[in-house]
Amino acid sequence: MPDVLKAPLVVEFPFTRSLGPVQSAFLTGLRERVVLGVRTTDGRTLVPPAEYDPVTAEEIRDLVEVAPTGTVTTWAWNHAPRRGQPLDTPFAWVLVRLDGADTALLHALDAPGPDAVRTGMRVRVRWAAERSGAITDIACFEPYDGGPAQPDGHCGDFADPVTGIVAPARLDYTYTPGRAQTAHLDALAERRIVGERCPSCRKVYVPPRGACPTCGVATSERVEVGPRGTVTTFCIVNIKARGLDIEVPYVYAHIALDGADLALHGRIGGIPYDRVRMGLRVEPVWTGGARHPDHYRPTGEPDADYDTYRELL
Amino acid sequence: MNREIAVVAFAQTDHRRTSEELSEVELLMPVLHDVLARTGLRTADLDFVCSGSSDYLAGRAFSFTLALDGVGAWPPISESHVEMDGAWALYEAWTKLRTGDADTALVYAYGKSSPGSLRDVLTRQLDPYYVAPLWPDSVALAALQAQALIDAGDTDEPALAAVAARNRENATANPHAQLRGPVPHGDHVVRPLRRGDCAPVGDGAAAVILAAGERARALTERPAWIRGIDHRVEAHGLGVRDLTDSPSTRLAAEHAGAFERPVDTAELHAPFTSQEIVLRKALRLGDGVRVNPSGGALAAHPVMAAGLIRIGEAAARIHRGASDRALAHATSGPCLQQNLVAVLEGDPR
Repeated sequence: MPDVLKAPLVVEFPFTRSLGPVQSAFLTGLRERVVLGVRTTDGRTLVPPAEYDPVTAEEIRDLVEVAPTGTVTTWAWNHAPRRGQPLDTPFAWVLVRLDGADTALLHALDAPGPDAVRTGMRVRVRWAAERSGAITDIACFEPYDGGPAQPDGHCGDFADPVTGIVAPARLDYTYTPGRAQTAHLDALAERRIVGERCPSCRKVYVPPRGACPTCGVATSERVEVGPRGTVTTFCIVNIKARGLDIEVPYVYAHIALDGADLALHGRIGGIPYDRVRMGLRVEPVWTGGARHPDHYRPTGEPDADYDTYRELL
Repeated sequence: MNREIAVVAFAQTDHRRTSEELSEVELLMPVLHDVLARTGLRTADLDFVCSGSSDYLAGRAFSFTLALDGVGAWPPISESHVEMDGAWALYEAWTKLRTGDADTALVYAYGKSSPGSLRDVLTRQLDPYYVAPLWPDSVALAALQAQALIDAGDTDEPALAAVAARNRENATANPHAQLRGPVPHGDHVVRPLRRGDCAPVGDGAAAVILAAGERARALTERPAWIRGIDHRVEAHGLGVRDLTDSPSTRLAAEHAGAFERPVDTAELHAPFTSQEIVLRKALRLGDGVRVNPSGGALAAHPVMAAGLIRIGEAAARIHRGASDRALAHATSGPCLQQNLVAVLEGDPR
């Protein structure tokens, strides 16, 4: 296998979601240690509650309190809990039909081992010590020997309802850019810029992605391009990006490196922003240990003739 | 417009645990070239292109747009993408051909599961309010379904192991499969499912070409005519559904005409042994039906392509005369939430 670059890639996002009236009541209820279901017009009680009947698609919002006790309808023993799951010791995933409900809720059951779990067993909610109005306000379920607990008949009205949730999500990847981009990145580390030539149309693509987007065939012939190039078009940036240490206004340009058939992007420096023009001849400026040019500056050559880069606009 | 539409060519990669030396387009391109070569068509000859993939597998937004480089999108082409298995991309292409807007279509799909942790990635397709914050992984949810089947008396652990063994035995004839022949059934991953009950995690790509009417006959000797295709979804609430049954599969099969006459072959997209039990029942497949001669998803499961591969494998059997009437099934979502069924036929011999 050829050597390919790889690097950790973490994708993380705090998904912020608003709640509808039924979801809001349900999650607020959990904060207050009350479990609410919603009644359908044919008299079934859905827990967790939906805003639309999953059978008829009718809008429903008749909230009813159900018991925090219930019966396991199916289960699965999880001997190796994963990040983010409700318990960090081995536990059972369970679907639980709470007393008073007609559908089942997914959660975790804290039990000593798989032999202590069976379909039909009785369980009750273990509340989280700190509750915010989220499904995780139920810490988990635990075995329970008794009959149905008697709910208080809460109607779902709360003084201070939660109206949204923040559900953080994180996924970890190992990113590998593939053969073509690895070669490009390796060359950048040596302050060279390489593209790849299409065997069919002979165009040189930079940065190369391994395929000619026009012909749909693999590119493989590596071609060194630049270092000098021509500004084909540009814009003047007037708004400072957060965390970016570049004074505005500055110029961001498409630069057709000599020998390339596709322009790439770069910042133009070393010249007042209002003197940058199409046809300006530029060269890369490498700074520190950066793996790509920091910016491009004028070479002092005469401007390129329009006809030499008109196809690259 | 009532036009006959057929699968005229199918190609797939070898499916492997990792393809880290390849970018997505590098993985996909040989398959695109292969499927085109089988028909003699060039990209410019295609009236429509439709693809299926998921950015969550790679962890990068709009990764599918780069895959288009492998198609050659200049001059501009008519193109669409579904963030789903390629079987649903095929459904879209079939619709397009039925309307008469196109005579040929390329459908492709790819999935690289190797960069991330598939069990965690798939949690992001769950209900974000009540379920996803608990991070129940794909094996855990399938295990809940398996236990429900065991409780109902529909199967037991030895029967599940036999499903795994039969699929992987079938896969010995499939050079593209990731797992072939005897595979240790292994320890529980999430009880009652063992390692051997679960599809392998891997990378791969597939492509098919569809053509209408006489065009299909011109492109291949024995077109695999799509006699019917339909897909249905069930409630996302797992606790609302009867996990031992798949009414969406049955309904899709009914609308696709699967029950009108017996099929000789069925390619089922069952990433877990227990799901094959559910599907066989929902589809009323008798012992005379050859189920998953390719080895099915238990032999190779490139996510987002595995469903399209079921259609491709079924069609390829018709192309080479090994089947006259085949059923192909694709699934999406936890515990067989969404299901697509296609019925394919060859011309009488």
